[in-house]
Amino acid sequence: MPRQTIVIDPVTRIEGHSKISLHLDEEGHVEEAYFHVTQFRGFEKFCEGRPYYEMPSLMARICGICPVSHLIASAKACDAILAVRIPENAVRLRKVLNLAQILQSHALSFFYLSVPDLLLGMDSDPAARNVFGVMQANPAMARDGVRLRQFGQQIIEWLAGKRIHPAWVVPGGVSSPLTAENRDRILAGIPEALAIATRALDWFKNEMERFREEIRSFANFPTLFMGLVGDDGGLEHYSGKLRFLDAGGHVVADYADTTYPDYLAEIAHPWTYLKTSFYKPLGYPDGVYRVGPLARLNIIDGVSTPRASQEWAEFRELDRGAVLSSFYYHYARLIEILYALEKIEQLLRDPDALDANVRAHASVNNFEGIGVSEAPRGTLMHHYKVDRDGLITWANLIIATGHNNAAMNRGVLQVARHFVHGNKLSEGMLNRVEAVIRTFDPCLSCSTHADGRLALEMELRSHEGELLDVCHTR
Amino acid sequence: MSPRAPIRVKTLTIDGREVGAREDQTILEVARENNIFIPTLCNLAGLSNAGACRLCIVEVKGVNKLLPACVTRVAEGMEVTVNSERLAKFRRGILELVFAERNHVCSVCVTNGHCDLQSMALRLGMTHVHFPYQYPRMPVDASHERFVMDHNRCILCARCVRVCDEIEGAHTWDIMSRGVDCRVITDLAQPWGKSESCTGCGKCVQVCPTGALSEKGKSVAEMSKRRQFLPYLTLMREGRR
Repeated sequence: MPRQTIVIDPVTRIEGHSKISLHLDEEGHVEEAYFHVTQFRGFEKFCEGRPYYEMPSLMARICGICPVSHLIASAKACDAILAVRIPENAVRLRKVLNLAQILQSHALSFFYLSVPDLLLGMDSDPAARNVFGVMQANPAMARDGVRLRQFGQQIIEWLAGKRIHPAWVVPGGVSSPLTAENRDRILAGIPEALAIATRALDWFKNEMERFREEIRSFANFPTLFMGLVGDDGGLEHYSGKLRFLDAGGHVVADYADTTYPDYLAEIAHPWTYLKTSFYKPLGYPDGVYRVGPLARLNIIDGVSTPRASQEWAEFRELDRGAVLSSFYYHYARLIEILYALEKIEQLLRDPDALDANVRAHASVNNFEGIGVSEAPRGTLMHHYKVDRDGLITWANLIIATGHNNAAMNRGVLQVARHFVHGNKLSEGMLNRVEAVIRTFDPCLSCSTHADGRLALEMELRSHEGELLDVCHTR
Repeated sequence: MSPRAPIRVKTLTIDGREVGAREDQTILEVARENNIFIPTLCNLAGLSNAGACRLCIVEVKGVNKLLPACVTRVAEGMEVTVNSERLAKFRRGILELVFAERNHVCSVCVTNGHCDLQSMALRLGMTHVHFPYQYPRMPVDASHERFVMDHNRCILCARCVRVCDEIEGAHTWDIMSRGVDCRVITDLAQPWGKSESCTGCGKCVQVCPTGALSEKGKSVAEMSKRRQFLPYLTLMREGRR
């Protein structure tokens, strides 16, 4: 049998545009696998020459799903340019906004994009394996997903004026305080959302048994994990130190988030527009690390809210060191939903939550600023340089999916080796290859700051490059 | 001292309505006195008229070109049309050309929601730009301590030029070059922060219809302009002369 290449193009039910190619050797075993991101946008280039204070809104346009994450990291980079310490309540309100973003995005990733696989099965009819299929098979669950995402979006609107691309987060803080009316609306919605989160978590824990094979093969390998932790080592999404943890669960190092160029580097591969970042001290490819919900729950020493804390303790029992299977990203996501809801409530019950001092004013004091926060998919870094007048001269963004790129590639290889054999493709094989990507919940529009949709096509090629079989996913 | 010549009264029709006017009035002034709407962008109460934007074009019977209402004096028996399909189409076309000429990106603009150009486009029902966007590479001058000039958003209405010259008396602003190369400049095309004539009063920023001139540090959609001062300022300065 000749050597072959299988290409999955486009990958479906993820955010962005990509394809996967699998190279088979003479025996029909998967030899190499590549996750190609096929879109490019160039935000870092065209923001040059614009005033720094335009950056949060400009960068938010990278993505319609997590504009808030970009707003926050961008505004933090601008705070650094202003060299101000923003008012305490501005930090609190930004944290609430960021958690609401994580809540709505996790709800989208889990209920809309992944539940079709989990509920209907990896091998079920692809025509029905989508959110509409979920609505038919389990309407209550579909309703839960829609409701939870709506609540997250609603919080964003009540805080920031609109759901998508609000301009409320500004350099120096936020542009207006929270009203008592909106605080009460948010608090009133928490109990229902908590009930949904609990239901989903219980369901997932019950179902996990059915996915033993996926758990074993879905990007289940030792890597480093990276993410923000609070000063006490607790779960944190807004600010703190960047922690690296090894696969055995040992802390490798805690770094200041604003010095990332000292320990992170990016390389570009000719087969993808998405750059790959790695941990410098270990080099590439040994310095592969993962970010996102799984990484965050692995690196922390504790969780500051009661129910999420219990769930986290149970989660950490899954493995002796760090929890390694990327299938557990789903699990971690659900625990983070619970945490986000509890934490939003804590933050808003603070007596100073309505404090009107929410903005610091200053002009350009530093010519360089780095802003780091935790987006739903992992650590988000915005790095700007400005001239004396505050105009952007250089920008670099490292997005969660870029941090995860190397691990996703390795994950695709692992799952393909496990499920793809011979020269005949089955749809269920392909879906598992895609599903491993889905566990990371990549946002390719963000990570290439690029435009597009994501769907997947697989091609089977001989070692001479001859096309043997093509399979489109729907 | 000779007595002033009496001001004569003219009668004319606007959209078929008979109106009376002083002979020194423009069609725009008379229309406004009679609550007849004529769209304008460069016109601003308290400043002289420049006829720069051409949005106020009207039809006058017997004249085969369109006349800008802001700089056309009334005449006896004039028959003026200010609302017609043809005029609406031309006015939208003028607006579309303005949008196509530079980079008006409302979503990330400091005056989003408070912009004369944006609200005029809404009011005149501009839904698309039918001309190819030019996407010129335009600089931003942020050299001034308190203000920013973004040429991407400038529509060359010359309000800044007029307010600086007529009200502040500094004449820091002017317009250089011709056609699509036209650009507002400070002093002799020096960076604004280097300008020796600028008093830093900020009137130009307040009268600017778009996000071309803004206060430094205002974030997206935060720059709303305050212009109430202008008629009073004009009145007081004239009174002192």
